[in-house]
Amino acid sequence: MTEYSVLIGGKAGEGINTAGLSIAGLFSRLGYRTYMYFDYPSLIRGGHNFAIIRASEKAIGAHRTPVDVLLAFDQNSIENHRESIHGGTTVVHDASQVMRGEGYGLPLDAIVKEEKAPPITKNSAMLGALARVAGIGPDVLEDVLRESVPAKHLEANLRVARRGYDAVEGVFTVEPLDGPALPVLTGNEVTGLGLVHGGLDSYVAYPMTPTSNLLHFLAERAEDLSLRVIHPENEISVIMMALGLAYAGERAAVGTAGGGFCLMTEGLSLAGMSEIPVTIVVGQRPGPSTGIPTYTAQTDLHFVLNAGQGEFPRFVVAPGDLAETYSWSATALALSWKYQVPSIILTDKTLAEGACSFDLGAVTMHPDREPELWGGTGEYRRYARIKSGVSPLAFPGRAGTIVKANSYAHDEAGFTTEAAGEVTALQEKMLRKGESLKEELSTYPTVRTYGARDAGRTIVCWGSEKWACIEAAEEFDARVVQPLVLAPFPARAWKEAMIGAGNVVCVENNATGQLARLLRQQGFDPGRSVLKYDGRPFAVDELAARLKEVFA
Amino acid sequence: MTPAGRPAGDLISPAENTWCPGCGNFSIEHMMKSAIAELSEEERIPIENFVLLGGIGCHGKLVDYLNVNSFYGIHGRSVPAATGIRLANPDLKVICHVGDGDIYAEGLDHLLFAAKRNSDITVIVHDNRVYGLTTGQYTPTSPAGFRGRSTPGGITEHPLNPLEVMLAAGATHIARGYTRKVQHLKGLFKEAIMHRGFSFVDVLQICATYFNLTDYYNEHAYEMKEDEVDTGRFESALGKIREWDYDREAPIPLGTFYSVGKPIYEEEFRALTADRSDRRALVRNVIEEWR
Repeated sequence: MTEYSVLIGGKAGEGINTAGLSIAGLFSRLGYRTYMYFDYPSLIRGGHNFAIIRASEKAIGAHRTPVDVLLAFDQNSIENHRESIHGGTTVVHDASQVMRGEGYGLPLDAIVKEEKAPPITKNSAMLGALARVAGIGPDVLEDVLRESVPAKHLEANLRVARRGYDAVEGVFTVEPLDGPALPVLTGNEVTGLGLVHGGLDSYVAYPMTPTSNLLHFLAERAEDLSLRVIHPENEISVIMMALGLAYAGERAAVGTAGGGFCLMTEGLSLAGMSEIPVTIVVGQRPGPSTGIPTYTAQTDLHFVLNAGQGEFPRFVVAPGDLAETYSWSATALALSWKYQVPSIILTDKTLAEGACSFDLGAVTMHPDREPELWGGTGEYRRYARIKSGVSPLAFPGRAGTIVKANSYAHDEAGFTTEAAGEVTALQEKMLRKGESLKEELSTYPTVRTYGARDAGRTIVCWGSEKWACIEAAEEFDARVVQPLVLAPFPARAWKEAMIGAGNVVCVENNATGQLARLLRQQGFDPGRSVLKYDGRPFAVDELAARLKEVFA
Repeated sequence: MTPAGRPAGDLISPAENTWCPGCGNFSIEHMMKSAIAELSEEERIPIENFVLLGGIGCHGKLVDYLNVNSFYGIHGRSVPAATGIRLANPDLKVICHVGDGDIYAEGLDHLLFAAKRNSDITVIVHDNRVYGLTTGQYTPTSPAGFRGRSTPGGITEHPLNPLEVMLAAGATHIARGYTRKVQHLKGLFKEAIMHRGFSFVDVLQICATYFNLTDYYNEHAYEMKEDEVDTGRFESALGKIREWDYDREAPIPLGTFYSVGKPIYEEEFRALTADRSDRRALVRNVIEEWR
């Protein structure tokens, strides 16, 4: 397999994320599939930021440790990544910052001064140097800059990029592929687009890493997408506004991380009892509490499965890549409306802020699902207890109809009741709705499998760890089984997927094995756990080394 | 059902009323019912375009007792839900019934921000200055020295003057009523509902069981005359609002203190959501731009 890895590192505030996306754009232009992991501490300036960009002739979704090119804006960017440098690695560094440099030193301070360009254009010099090292022509370089740099800064960037290009030599040659130049998108962006595909009318959120960029992206594109984007005073308001919008007939979604979701739990429970649809994007990051806010984890599975007081059905999905994020975001919104339940899209920092080539044409969409609306005959009862448990919807403002939503136990019309029989019937109606949802999901790809059925070795994983597992599995001829839907748990599909699983390993980014715990609760053996909980996702090679200990 | 002009009597729902005898909530319920019926008749607003929200506490039961669209929510959180409803449908008249503990304690942040953004909703506070349903604890508007079940020695804090807080936060319509002056109260409700922007009515409501201030209010409360306050001037409103601070003994002015026009929050979004014909095509366009 032809593939390349590039690491670019520097201080926060130097534009490492943007530079990384430009590098991904460079490879994408040549028909490669790209993946970018972006690592940054919680500070605005200084510290150490880096991005690892991988390009491959086939679809990928994880990074590897060794890199072909290392672009270093400071000494840390070399010292912190010694394990990534090998005999074949080309190092390019900023000679104005790096004292004990290796490889090519670019006098970036002098270059930007001579070119009368702003300091941020140093990224273009590095991009130019990378293009030359990788045998990518100046025309491709220019094209990528034209697309990523605003017109008024373009000329300065082109001049500086050319200086970087001329300062180094060709080391290897990235051959163009036949593939299309796919857009490189983040998980947050694709979540937003998937929600709009599903019919989103309003997005409501309070900023919180790693979903702030979902808020920023939708706010920036609100006009293009005919979308209302609202940032209220706190997460409690966020979910309450969304419930108000939905009660009045508009599809709303909210986004947050674990800490914000803590505040939303009373609203979640209200959504459960009042049967008002809401879709919640929860981007996981390490906790408890503030934890390490700009890093990644898979630690909120049981929190989202169990949040809120009382017993009510919910839909929880954990997509593992951009294609799944797009289709399941649309579906989560649709199912929350069809079944009038809260739906939760569980992502994490790796998926939400990581970037990847996105091929919309290759995404398999699930069939469209519409909520059942009241037909208009007889007196409307908001909570009519029909067999499926799903009462037809009507919205305030409809002539001759009164719509009563209620957080209390209520009768069919929506009036408060504490009568034993009514309370029992209400609880059973809510649970029947969950059963109807479960039944519908039996026709969806709720559990995905990769690799041969007779492998005898199976890696179980969920969410953003999917692609590291798929690639690592190739080294062991192992299968990968990934549950996408976590509530209602697709027990039948799981059982079927795990027939003949053999030696099972459960890979997760947490310390206690949360998926393993869920599988045990469902009566399945999760095998041995391979866990990582330092806030970083598994690199493919790192995971393979860990699996070797288990599979040996 | 007729969309407009339905007799007020039809607005009473079959739900069993569980308020204590003598509760001030009865006045609020009946005046709200009459206000809705009259506005429906006078302003040709269909009944189905009214939405009532309740929080948690004795006040919240009101939404069960009226045959009007309702969102019986949770403690302190009616206001952001009301903003969401108004965002979704600008034809709706959205009225939050809230309690003083409900909105000045748990929900104060939402109240401040709804006023700040001039959300086009109406907030009616059932301010009985005591927690009723949880059996008699002090609230943010209980006077200093109030002895409640959680503060048997008497509270050492002083109450908020919620009108002053609302004026500072940017509310565009501020009024105070009293449950023993029902016709006056009904007028305040109608005026607040018809105000374009954030309207706020603090209703001095007697709690017959835990804090019956009937004699006190009867002695001190008075209806402001037309020229007593310049409702278009912040300073004039502030001076009148400070005449009584919910703590010391003083005359208690009733009526509208402040009423001004400002752009409405929900209407700022109109242009963004004008064309929703084919959202999937819009998504494809956005993705196409990345290439």
